[in-house]
Amino acid sequence: MISTHLIQDRDVEKIVGKLLRFGVITASLVVLLGGLLFLVQHGAQGRPDYHIFKGEETDFITFDGIFKGLFTFKPMAIIQFGVLLLIITPILRIIFSLFAFILEKDKLYVVITLIVLAIILGSTFGGLKI
Amino acid sequence: MTILTFTLILLLGAYLAGLIGSLTGLGGGVVVIPLLTLVFHVDIRYAIGAALLASIANSSGAASAYIKEGITNIRLGMFLEIATTLGAVLGAVIAIYTPTNTIAILFGCVLLFSAAMTLRKKNQEALTEGSKLSAVLKLNSSYPTPTGPVSYKLKNVGAGFSIMTVAGVMSGLLGIGSGALKVLAMDTAMKIPFKVSTTTSNFMIGVTAAASAVVYLQRGYMDPGIAFPVVLGVLGGAFTGAKLLTRINPSTLRIIFCIAITFVALEMIYNGYHHKF
Repeated sequence: MISTHLIQDRDVEKIVGKLLRFGVITASLVVLLGGLLFLVQHGAQGRPDYHIFKGEETDFITFDGIFKGLFTFKPMAIIQFGVLLLIITPILRIIFSLFAFILEKDKLYVVITLIVLAIILGSTFGGLKI
Repeated sequence: MTILTFTLILLLGAYLAGLIGSLTGLGGGVVVIPLLTLVFHVDIRYAIGAALLASIANSSGAASAYIKEGITNIRLGMFLEIATTLGAVLGAVIAIYTPTNTIAILFGCVLLFSAAMTLRKKNQEALTEGSKLSAVLKLNSSYPTPTGPVSYKLKNVGAGFSIMTVAGVMSGLLGIGSGALKVLAMDTAMKIPFKVSTTTSNFMIGVTAAASAVVYLQRGYMDPGIAFPVVLGVLGGAFTGAKLLTRINPSTLRIIFCIAITFVALEMIYNGYHHKF
């Protein structure tokens, strides 16, 4: 009984590890692609005034703006999409753990995982400007 | 300076930040903030946005390697993530009302504390007698060592949970992983062997940072032109660091870097005190 439980846990851990790696690699490749396009188009321009905080344009801070820019191949939007993928990776990990705990019939940890997920999604969609 | 030159120099800087962050165990985010503000004179708000991304990249990248070894305690991580995510959301809210100079001073203090924590004596002992709550929450586990699996139990769950909430607030406020506070909660309060506490802390950093990342993205703290070299550079540096760690013993390097980081922390506090942010 104990040994089968442990084997299941190890399998879940392996998949979680693969998921995290896949997310990070995908996000980096998207950021790299956007970054290279960005350098080709704007590389010769002068450095923006990063010492003054202006905040980003609405195009790059809403899901809507990022997706619109993505489909028109705007380099900055592609980088921001990669950034979104990077942020989503650990959230996906939580969702995966939730299913794993449901399969293991571990009610306590299903509840704990749901609380964590609710906090993250609440913060994500709470301040959201769509 | 053109965007191309800026990107290339920042890429190199972020690579070194990732390398130092990985060798000292402080994480890439912590080194990115002084790099961007003190060296590149970037506004600290952009620096915080970039550091959050660096923390997530670093955590997800490193966690995937550690989980494979079976050291990470996933249940413990999940339970404590209630505290860190709640704290992170709170920290992101407090950040709106906190002047940037105060944030810089606070960051300097956390950096000093983190450097000191890196050099402390580590808890290697595994407890055989745990508290009641640790059993109810199924937090007791075992981890593999070269001489076979070692079982450990833990105590002071409430104290650990409280320190984790503070770690979460710092992470949401400053954009860092606050690995040092997380390890303090697990090592010192809950008496978890340091191999387990460091890997579980690393595993949790990504989720904690993600809880406040979208808030910062929408506040316009994440600039694509900075995010691009920082994310790729830190990941590359952390990857090299992980490879190096298996071959060299970084104890001397760690002391050198910690002294360097102490000076950086003092400069952040000094500049913050003189309202230079």
